[in-house]
Amino acid sequence: MTVSKTSEFGGRSAGWLGVLAVFVKSKKARLGLFALIAMLLVSSLLTVIYSDPQALVAEPLQGPGLLHWFGTNGQGQDVWQLSWVGTTNSLMLAIVTALCMSVVGVFIGIAAGYFGGGIDQFLSFVTNVTLVIPGLPLAIVIGAFLPSGPWTLFFILVITGWAWSARVFRSFAMTLAHKEFVQAARLAGESHLRIVAFEIFPNLLSPFLTALIGSMIYAIAAQVGLEFIGIGDMNRVTWGTNLYWASNDAALLTESWWVFVPTGLLIAISSASLSLLNDALDELTNPALQADRLWRRKFGRQMIFGITPQLRRRA
Amino acid sequence: MKFLSRRLLFYLLAAWVSLTINFFLPRLMPGDPASIVLARFRGQLQPEALEALRQTFGFTDESLLVQYGRYLLSIFSGDFGISTSYFPSPVADVMLQGLVWTVLLAGTSVLISFTLGSLIGIWTAWYRGGFVDRYVTPSLVFLGSFPYFWMAMILVYYFGFKWSLLPAAHAYSPNIQPAFSWAFTTDVVIHMILPGSSIVLATIGGWVLNMRNAMISTLNSEYINLAQAKGLPEKAIMLRYAARNAMLPNITSFGMALGYVLAGSLLTEIVFSYPGQGYLLLQAVKTQDFPLMQGIFFIITIAVLLANWIVDLAYLWLDPRTRGVSS
Repeated sequence: MTVSKTSEFGGRSAGWLGVLAVFVKSKKARLGLFALIAMLLVSSLLTVIYSDPQALVAEPLQGPGLLHWFGTNGQGQDVWQLSWVGTTNSLMLAIVTALCMSVVGVFIGIAAGYFGGGIDQFLSFVTNVTLVIPGLPLAIVIGAFLPSGPWTLFFILVITGWAWSARVFRSFAMTLAHKEFVQAARLAGESHLRIVAFEIFPNLLSPFLTALIGSMIYAIAAQVGLEFIGIGDMNRVTWGTNLYWASNDAALLTESWWVFVPTGLLIAISSASLSLLNDALDELTNPALQADRLWRRKFGRQMIFGITPQLRRRA
Repeated sequence: MKFLSRRLLFYLLAAWVSLTINFFLPRLMPGDPASIVLARFRGQLQPEALEALRQTFGFTDESLLVQYGRYLLSIFSGDFGISTSYFPSPVADVMLQGLVWTVLLAGTSVLISFTLGSLIGIWTAWYRGGFVDRYVTPSLVFLGSFPYFWMAMILVYYFGFKWSLLPAAHAYSPNIQPAFSWAFTTDVVIHMILPGSSIVLATIGGWVLNMRNAMISTLNSEYINLAQAKGLPEKAIMLRYAARNAMLPNITSFGMALGYVLAGSLLTEIVFSYPGQGYLLLQAVKTQDFPLMQGIFFIITIAVLLANWIVDLAYLWLDPRTRGVSS
């Protein structure tokens, strides 16, 4: 397992300052953050304006035009409005879910790594089983038995999605638990809760952000997939239901690409900007990538070979 | 072989957990969904189907423990209950039809995606800042941001309907007899191109990035510098020294990602009406065929566990250190 080398490499702290530095220095992080915030702002603003995106406004399956920018879907609803309202609903659910998912994962992971022994064996077993059991079919089986609604989706996603962060955080906590400052705190008689909250967790801030972003990417993909197959409340306007109805109303057979293309693009833009953020954070915690980036900045676009500055001749 | 037997035990336990989930889920859910479903189906289904549902949901007078034992026994004898939507076919029969297609489609696409992605990753890590690294990697990663099934819809739309280049649905043409013949095989391959490429396009970016980052970490090792100082040919350093070592963590994540990729391929199947587990799963969700849903969940879990087991074997073969510990 890759363990953050931040502590061994000294100097480079991954605390608040380090995370802040990523956003200042990294072009990727700035772009990702900008796209994400812009999307959230625009979509929430438009959601307030479009109070009833499900209103039947025109003939079904009209192409994009002046009146309805993205055309209308198989039921005669405005695709432009549906796409943006769907963005708000799906992103909000993704944020809330991801937060819960990563908190649960981090809690279980740190508990396993910090306490070790029997607790670790049990928690690791549960984590690994959750990881290896395929999430979507499990989610479908659970979802089919529950009443449909956003909270059902939330519940299913948290249950199937927490394990990844738990696994990562277990290995982080294991390394940290044997560090001198944690041992010292333990000898000083501090409570476990205090040690975990004030000695261990502050060192894991950037991995926590990574876990949070990763969970959000998962939450977006999984909820869209579940709703596409018909799990969840099909009367809500979300990315998943937009695509569900597009497929149900035979958007493909009628060659109405405008019904499903906008939603897909919005999903991709949000996931891609999250990936950009994660990439930038990865460079912060992975010294090899960071060194690589520094060399490249120094020598421009030339290719670099190995960590010692051996420039390759241009091909 | 301590490593292998430990892994095997873990997979057996995981399979048992998924069976246990299947058993307790309908019995634990709030609001008693079982009786709601039974009430809905009453009058629509034959008494035998209702009886099958009743057993799935545990509407018997036996104690929970007896039911549980009976359930495990029936699974071991291959009895997954009766499908309510394909009544009176047993769930096992319905699932088996689709399993071949799912394994074929998902297996082929995952292998292509992983191999190709890792090769591109090796290449981009070696020629960092080159053309491929600057343009191809980000575009592949961006493609990975689209949902699998959306990618599938786009491919169907353009290649299937608009330009009519490739078949847009099903696993083989209706006028061809399934047999081990050249005509049938090529027909299956042609039908696999579109669904397969949508899975490959959606997953390859992840493998490229993983391999690239692992490679860059490996390239920083002393032994790479030594190999270069010795004047070994660059290709040998790239493939035999760096890539081989960078591959190992990637193989582990390959095993972990399998379940996720399989889920994506299930959704792709739906778009293509590909007759695999995904299509069956959709039917099961639409008709609320709980026994079939649970059966598919179990069989997919088994498939993922088996694939992980194969990955373990590969790991053992690739990494001598695991062998050293075990002997």
